[in-house]
Amino acid sequence: MRLLTHNMLSSNIKGVTNGFPLLIEVEKVIEKPVDFNPDFLKNMFLKVDWKALVDASRSLGYADLPEETPESSVIDSDDFLRKFHHALLELHLEEGALVCPETERKFPVTKGIPNMLLHEDEV
Amino acid sequence: MKLKQLESLLGDLQQFSNPKIELEQYPTGPHIASRLLYTAENSFGDVSNKVVADFGCGCGTLGAAAALLGAEQVLAFDIDTESLELASENAEELELDINFVQCDIRNLVWRGQIVDTVVMNPPFGTRKKGADMDFLCVALQVASQAVYSLHKTSTRDHVRRAALRDFNASIAEVLCELQFDVPQLYKFHKKKEVSIAVDLWRFVPKRNQGNGL
Repeated sequence: MRLLTHNMLSSNIKGVTNGFPLLIEVEKVIEKPVDFNPDFLKNMFLKVDWKALVDASRSLGYADLPEETPESSVIDSDDFLRKFHHALLELHLEEGALVCPETERKFPVTKGIPNMLLHEDEV
Repeated sequence: MKLKQLESLLGDLQQFSNPKIELEQYPTGPHIASRLLYTAENSFGDVSNKVVADFGCGCGTLGAAAALLGAEQVLAFDIDTESLELASENAEELELDINFVQCDIRNLVWRGQIVDTVVMNPPFGTRKKGADMDFLCVALQVASQAVYSLHKTSTRDHVRRAALRDFNASIAEVLCELQFDVPQLYKFHKKKEVSIAVDLWRFVPKRNQGNGL
């Protein structure tokens, strides 16, 4: 699971009002190289929730993104874009869990696939 | 990539060996899948360099087609473990990089406007009434640019009305009518193969208005 996916997923348990962002429990992280596409990244920079991405990348052991949301001029920096690229697209949570911030319910991630299915009493 | 090439690549994908009737797992044939994505790309520019989501991906045909046509990222969602395994084998076979998520589309909660385009061949709602409309409702919340979907031609007026009135679509148009071949997959099918008329729809969500969260 890429952090791009993590940046969109939210806990969907009935009654949970603020299920985003999901916390991450790590068992195994892998890295897969992806072609660097600056235009795509510049577009994504406007759409991601920065804090969720920074916290998630730190959970996965990558600490090179700035904590505070950078100024929009930062997208002209190649160095920044490469770090953003790496965190958003190349890091994968291969095994572990996503944890609901309100209920601590765990959604398992197996072979890189998060399982967001709910039990009957959670719908 | 040419349409014929795309159709031929999709024709090599594995299909369900034990389709589940309650999920209405009819495979999206290569003919329909290639036309859906080819039209989305060549008539509307909704695929290449975009983030594309495949809802109810089954064996992954539409998501694979999106990746083959140059989608920057493809997310594929299904409720069924076996479908996701098959879809990821298919993606591997074609050396495509697809992000899979296991979930029930009907209770998907989503943040933000990262997904540009949703493509889907939803359950037609023959076994579970309204299933296709549930998918459409969520798709129009998730997509920021467009939704491509297949619905039975017999439900055309209903689909248009619901999309425009209830699901926040600004445009709902039928791009073409296609024949969907339903092979004899289940015991209750009496005929060897039936063909039903389906519409290929394109929906455009209203911009900057509510996105599900």
